[in-house]
Amino acid sequence: MKEANVILINATGLHARPASMFVKEASSYACDVTVEKDGTEYNAKSIMGILSMGAMKGDEIIVRANGEGEEAAVKALAALIETGFGE
Amino acid sequence: MVKGIGASPGIVVGKVLVKKEEEIKIAKKTIDSSETEVSNLKSAIEKSRTQIQALYDIALVKMGEEEAKIFEAHQMVLDDPEVFGQVENKINNEKINAEYAIEQVVAPFIKMFDMMEDEYLKERAADLKDVAGRVTKNLLGIDMVDFSNLDSKVVIVANDLTPSDTAAMDKEMVLGFVTEIGGRTSHSAIMARTLEIPAVVGTGNVLSQVVTGDMIAFNGDEGVIFVNPNEEKIAEFNAERVKYDAFRTRLSTLVGKESVSKDGVHVELAANIGTPEDLDSVLRNDAQGVGLYRSEFLYMDRESLPTEEEQFEAYRKVVAGLEGKPVVIRTLDIGGDKKLDYLPLPEEMNPFLGYRAIRLCLDRDDIFRTQLRALLRASAFGNLKVMFPMISSVEELRDAKTIVEEERVKLREEGIAFDEKMEIGIMVEIPATAIIADLLAKEVDFFSIGTNDLIQYTTAVDRMNEKIAHLYNPCHPALLRLVNMVIQAGHKEGIWVGMCGEVAGDPRLIPVLLGMGLDEFSMSPISVLNARWIIAQLSQEEMKIVAETAMNLPTASEVEAYLANTIQLED
Repeated sequence: MKEANVILINATGLHARPASMFVKEASSYACDVTVEKDGTEYNAKSIMGILSMGAMKGDEIIVRANGEGEEAAVKALAALIETGFGE
Repeated sequence: MVKGIGASPGIVVGKVLVKKEEEIKIAKKTIDSSETEVSNLKSAIEKSRTQIQALYDIALVKMGEEEAKIFEAHQMVLDDPEVFGQVENKINNEKINAEYAIEQVVAPFIKMFDMMEDEYLKERAADLKDVAGRVTKNLLGIDMVDFSNLDSKVVIVANDLTPSDTAAMDKEMVLGFVTEIGGRTSHSAIMARTLEIPAVVGTGNVLSQVVTGDMIAFNGDEGVIFVNPNEEKIAEFNAERVKYDAFRTRLSTLVGKESVSKDGVHVELAANIGTPEDLDSVLRNDAQGVGLYRSEFLYMDRESLPTEEEQFEAYRKVVAGLEGKPVVIRTLDIGGDKKLDYLPLPEEMNPFLGYRAIRLCLDRDDIFRTQLRALLRASAFGNLKVMFPMISSVEELRDAKTIVEEERVKLREEGIAFDEKMEIGIMVEIPATAIIADLLAKEVDFFSIGTNDLIQYTTAVDRMNEKIAHLYNPCHPALLRLVNMVIQAGHKEGIWVGMCGEVAGDPRLIPVLLGMGLDEFSMSPISVLNARWIIAQLSQEEMKIVAETAMNLPTASEVEAYLANTIQLED
């Protein structure tokens, strides 16, 4: 299992376009990918799950992957967040 | 007669097709083989995927990428492991029927998103409903209404229309539609305007009054609907429809043409907008710019002030979308009748004479500075101009300009790009401002006359007060004189003068304004082509005399009668 702590820096947080970018990226990996916020875990491959998380700018979240390609998945998703989804 | 909200213009007479909202009764059933049930679910999902893909393709061709995106969102819902993945788990674990499992999984999500304030999430609830409904119907073998495949021309009447419904509509076959719920900015209303299908929304209960095959007639501007109108009414509507269609066809020939008078004077016909979503109609109606972007909409319907980034994004979108055409953005105009929940303002005896617009911004310069930074940054992406509302003195203008200058210095230090030549102007909407227009003109790049407030303040008439509403008249000679004063004062100092109130698009007064030398007319996007048509028929030299005469008539009604008799326009 791999994980990374990241802080959302883009204006909209995990909402709208960034949310679907995140889910699409997560879905491209075979491993299980989750996001934890305030002690609750959400499925990173679920758009409904990610939207219901309501993660906003400044929130700290943990990206976690388990299985095939876990390292690459965590790295790519953390990078997406850290670069502010290209906003 | 039923009254709704006019959502998309046009005159419609035709046969009704009712879209039935059959309440699908879903009962919990215990199943024998979860394997068969899951396989049924999977084939319903695949069938839905094919349907959604087809809708995406249609929408892409008819409405473009932006509108087609909604079906991409539908595909994502279909692939969502927490939605249909959970449905599958439920079937396996609880041995229940697929449609019941769908309902069980989807309902909590819809309830949660519906409760949120956020418009974006509310729309996702609609997506989820749409997709879940589609899969359920495919499971149960219920035929879905398919508006892409109609065999006769109809007027659709429904409680509400989903994005799937509107995307599939063929303009040739769907004469118009009526929905019981919704407002001017609801999804179906926006789609109607995009597709140019006449529509009335928010009629309340109408399905109890019509059945498929009934006749229906409506005017998409007025929002009044007639069910089974008599012969006379039908003839009346048909005549209006022919006239209206000819009118729109003629106007459409003016797209891409210049706005020029008979004697060769060019003017700018611009549009008033509230949100970046209005951009589409600005471009479709060929406005030559945006003369008033009401930034306060960015601040409304939310729980906190919009950030610099959010504002920058919205301004940039409009400025870039207009590709170098001018965009005049009015700084926050809040107070008076416009309130923000998260910014409580003290109750005032006379809110229209109170703490509002630039007065509030100069007092709360933290709010003002955030907006100015966003505006300056967006100015790097096109032709942005900033306009201050409710300026009543030279001091206020100077104070506001000082703050702009301070923010410019900061941005330069931070190395952030902005347009060094960005124009700064003011709304002229207070009589005091109009009277000292000669002094103000020396310190701004442009004026834009806001007639709605200018009439109200000049005549001391609250236009919401029905008892005195008749005193609110744009033809009042006092208003004409003030407008003329402002235009001449601006021109004397070599600055351009525009108008962004209702009057700028008023066919009766366009000749007078042209005669006074108004440079820019800003109005609802839908009025732009008609204004171009009117101006093309007028000579500015002749209108100078008309304006002069009108200003010297003693009463508003004499002005109205004079204009009606003097100006003969082809209609």
